[in-house]
Amino acid sequence: MSVATADTTSAADGPRGRKPRRTLSRRNIILYGTLFVVAVYYLLPLYVMVVTSLKGMPEIRLGHIFAPPVEITFQPWVKAWAEACTGLNCDGLSRGFWNSVRITVPSVILSIAIASVNGYALANWRFKGAEVFFTILIVGAFIPYQVMLYPIVIILREIGLYGTLTGLVLVHSIFGMPILTLLFRNYFASLPEELFKAARVDGAGFWGIYLRIMLPMSLPIFVVAVIIQITGIWNDFLFGVVYTKPDLYPMTVQLNNIVNSVQGVKEYNVNMAATLLTGLVPLLVYFVSGKLFVRGIAAGAVKG
Amino acid sequence: MNLTVPSSASVSVQGLSLDFGAVSVLKSLNLDIADGEFVVLLGPSGCGKSTLLNCIAGLLDISDGRIFIKGKNVTWQEPAERGIGMVFQSYALYPQMTVEKNLSFGLRVAGTPKDEIARRIARAAEILQIEPLLQRKPAALSGGQRQRVAIGRALVRDVDVFLFDEPLSNLDAKLRSELRVEIKLLHRKLKNTMIYVTHDQIEAMTLADRIAVMRGGVIQQFDAPPVIYNRPVNRFVAGFLGSPGMNFLEGRLEDGKGGWHFAADGISIPLSTYGFERNPVAGSAAFGIRPEHVALNSGEDWPFSMTATVEVVEPMGSDTLVWLLVAGQKFSVRVGAERAPAAGETVTIGFDPMRASLFDGEAGKRI
Repeated sequence: MSVATADTTSAADGPRGRKPRRTLSRRNIILYGTLFVVAVYYLLPLYVMVVTSLKGMPEIRLGHIFAPPVEITFQPWVKAWAEACTGLNCDGLSRGFWNSVRITVPSVILSIAIASVNGYALANWRFKGAEVFFTILIVGAFIPYQVMLYPIVIILREIGLYGTLTGLVLVHSIFGMPILTLLFRNYFASLPEELFKAARVDGAGFWGIYLRIMLPMSLPIFVVAVIIQITGIWNDFLFGVVYTKPDLYPMTVQLNNIVNSVQGVKEYNVNMAATLLTGLVPLLVYFVSGKLFVRGIAAGAVKG
Repeated sequence: MNLTVPSSASVSVQGLSLDFGAVSVLKSLNLDIADGEFVVLLGPSGCGKSTLLNCIAGLLDISDGRIFIKGKNVTWQEPAERGIGMVFQSYALYPQMTVEKNLSFGLRVAGTPKDEIARRIARAAEILQIEPLLQRKPAALSGGQRQRVAIGRALVRDVDVFLFDEPLSNLDAKLRSELRVEIKLLHRKLKNTMIYVTHDQIEAMTLADRIAVMRGGVIQQFDAPPVIYNRPVNRFVAGFLGSPGMNFLEGRLEDGKGGWHFAADGISIPLSTYGFERNPVAGSAAFGIRPEHVALNSGEDWPFSMTATVEVVEPMGSDTLVWLLVAGQKFSVRVGAERAPAAGETVTIGFDPMRASLFDGEAGKRI
């Protein structure tokens, strides 16, 4: 050892252990700088909305849209929720909110219940014609909605569901089917096949395996499906406006009617508050689900 | 085709075929397994051994043939109705259930009374020594414990036939040999019929009453382990079993003065002590002999002996494998570590053709 160190002094002074990294390196400054700018750029509109919704109209007319409110008022929020007029009704967004709830909840439950069984059957019980069925379903996902709008109007009219919430729930459930089935099929296909075999040897049937083995293992993918459906259906405008009537308009349609009303003064603060109220539900869903959502997205990643 | 069911047979497979589209996975396969017998299905991956097991279990729909379990035609029955229990390579424990719930799942599905379930679980847990684990989830178990629970799941259902699908392949070498012994003890205790799929020849040799060596969806040989090892019916079986593998010398079978002999590039091995399976015909052939059946510098008198130069020496701990060139072909000899020669040394090798296997040149069938 002593001979070696005498010959090569540099070896003794050379690097050893963890490579040091400076916190304020050029790389870090550029990286975090870019992230900061992008974050601000993205959050700025939200900031403006929140700030404006808390101002009174006189303050808004001053035109300082970035300035925080001098005098905070919740009056615009109250008005947006309970007093704003759309057409003949002057009970604000609350009516639309409850309509949306009555549309979203059954649609989410119905579509996920059917699609999960679909996906399970396709992944585990390879019945005759399964591939063809699956292909048709996937092709369905690529047909533009506009093409089907009018035919569905006729179908709903014929079965007497046009202009009802039930009809809209049905439409949402059907349109959610391709992507949800794909999601569930891929998730169930990723579970070990031997589990399914073991359950069959244990004597469980189609529903037994689904309810007692598969369902308890599928929480992440159900969370993903719930999020996709809640946000998708809550944010829907087109189907809501086409298949229901004014009394039953979902929140998004009512929001549009409030914001785009041509009579009177434009109440920016009320409009902002109404928009935030409408967006609150999907936002809450994202916040609450958080980690589970990421896990589920990774698990149900689209493959084969 | 033989349509009678052997009365002593526990599992009987008759003319079983399975096709996936145009691909034929199992080809008109026959297999009779006696009551209480431990049969190992052995073969390289893709030979159809797991597929055959899945067919017996009823997890795959077969294309043709019949399957009998305990004399009952179960060809069209559901897996749960066949009186089988199955243990999988990946354990396949239900992750959300405790060990106890895992064990009882099949019984609960069948609607067994509660006290009966408790009694059977207690018995299985005692046999497998998993009593302290009953309230744990599978995630909190080690690989060996998981596999024990998986065996327990078959045990509680009081089945006639146990099916094992490579149950030890996911375990490390030490655990594998421990559980191998446990499975053997379990079989001795329960005396159930067991069918065990593996690609590991050690497992096959140690566990089996009889081994079915498979290739390409066809059973090549179905016999007791020593017979399979010492008298393989063809070159594939001879080469698949044994580690290090059997030596094969390519040459010709000739009838000359002094009787039949095997000739290859300058050597001639007399076959007067070899037990022919069928009448020999002159022509190309392969001469196979296992490395441990060749003596090195023994000083004894062998029916065949020659000198050769050591090419490579491979120490394997307990033994050493010595590689030579015989008739210009690679040839290995297994010797005790203490008697190992060095590379480049000239040695004498000798063996008795009685222990060898001769295969014909075309089909590779035993002569």
